[in-house]
Amino acid sequence: MLEPFAYPFMQRALMGGILVGFLASYYGPFVVQRRLSFLGSGLAHAAFGGVALGLFLDMQPLWVALPFTVLVAAAIVWVGHRGRLAEDTTIGVFFAVSMALGVIFLSLRQGYTKDAFTYLFGSILAVTPADLWVTGAVALLTCCTFPLWGRWAYATFDRGLARSDRLAVLPHDYLLTIAVAVSVVVSIKVVGMVLVAAFLVLPAAAARMWTRNFAAMTLVSMAIGTGSVAVGLVVSYHANLPCGPVIILTQAAAFGAGLAVRRPARG
Amino acid sequence: MNSVVEARHIHVRYGAVEALHDITFGVPEGAFVSIIGPNGAGKTTLLSVLLGLESPTAGEARLFNRPPPALPAGMLGYIPQLKTMDRAFPALALELVATGLRRSWPWRVRLAEREACLAAMARTRVDHLAARPVSALSGGELQRIYLARCLVRRPRLLILDEPAAGMDAAGEADLYHLLLDYQRESGATVMMITHDWEGARVHASHVLLLNRTLHAFGPPAEAAREDRLLEVFHHAGHVEVSSGSVHHA
Repeated sequence: MLEPFAYPFMQRALMGGILVGFLASYYGPFVVQRRLSFLGSGLAHAAFGGVALGLFLDMQPLWVALPFTVLVAAAIVWVGHRGRLAEDTTIGVFFAVSMALGVIFLSLRQGYTKDAFTYLFGSILAVTPADLWVTGAVALLTCCTFPLWGRWAYATFDRGLARSDRLAVLPHDYLLTIAVAVSVVVSIKVVGMVLVAAFLVLPAAAARMWTRNFAAMTLVSMAIGTGSVAVGLVVSYHANLPCGPVIILTQAAAFGAGLAVRRPARG
Repeated sequence: MNSVVEARHIHVRYGAVEALHDITFGVPEGAFVSIIGPNGAGKTTLLSVLLGLESPTAGEARLFNRPPPALPAGMLGYIPQLKTMDRAFPALALELVATGLRRSWPWRVRLAEREACLAAMARTRVDHLAARPVSALSGGELQRIYLARCLVRRPRLLILDEPAAGMDAAGEADLYHLLLDYQRESGATVMMITHDWEGARVHASHVLLLNRTLHAFGPPAEAAREDRLLEVFHHAGHVEVSSGSVHHA
């Protein structure tokens, strides 16, 4: 059973996957309960634009994608706060613009663009120690935001109520969205931009099926997000299937099981 | 007597529509104010301004002689309209009440908080629902949970946006008694939006009759006179703004 983890590359895959699983599934409940499931997709595509810009400028893609995506995240909150457009529309606009820019940057780049595809689909089996350090640092920063959990959860439940209690909801929106953006960027090298959005939504959605309160939802989401990586890696090794999709399907199985046992909500 | 809630020439405008026009009144400490007006009269907008959730286009609001955002949150108990509540949020009734003490969402409710919350819930007769998810509560039960959330912090000012919506007549009468009991004991001031004219006449010390402009503010016998109410509600939805002034179309 544990035989795959005898290989160093599998150990790094496990570590990297667990770190990504932790990041995405910690922020996931906020994203899901705020009905921002599209945010993960939008930010992952924005990150693609940043990666392409980095490749075009011949710089380390991650270090260009990071500020680029943070900027897009801040712009999504800023435009959303002005109140004329629904949040999903705003995300859709930035999603499309970032992708268009990404494709233009790649077309302007001389030579082969294999690197870009690494970011599209990820390469969990090719996780380097440097990737682990970066993802680990972001995970550590995420731990530093734990004291803000109660305020973010309160504003997720009812913004008006939180504001009447003098909670500065807008700065917290920026902070939360930027934290999600940073997590998405460091995750795409590992799981790819196509799957990172699923990491952000599926464990939290599955956890919602199994739990009655937000703290439990957060814990179960993190358990599913990290546990599915270990299960998915083992299954994909033995079944000789690609890791990312198997991990996602493991999370989907938790969601499906929850859906099957959950009684319909009142009203 | 000093006013604990003051509106000074408040105007709120959204584009061409003036939601509130030149609202001025002062609420004495310990008053029970029923805010009455037709749909779209600006009642919730007025409460938003008083709570500091919305800035007026002109004029100012003052609570306890301070701008609303400067009022310590513990002095204020607020019940929003329940139709805006997200029932899909995974929350237990006890946790919702605990936000009244914490002013953030509890990871876990501590023992001392639990006791205070249960006491407030017993007062509104919903302590048996403490472990129930909010998604499984009826409208009337939720209102009492919100009222417990409000009372647990022992506020000096209660601002309630249609707390009786969805309640039957007995539930509404009960709500008045709970509020009046708390008021007697604490001397708190209550401002609540209601559609129940009769309840307002019987229980309120003041009625604020609103339809984008302030039509009346004073004792119910005067402010909630039948002819005034009929006039205001008769014109509901027919107020337009033209060149900065309000007129009836």
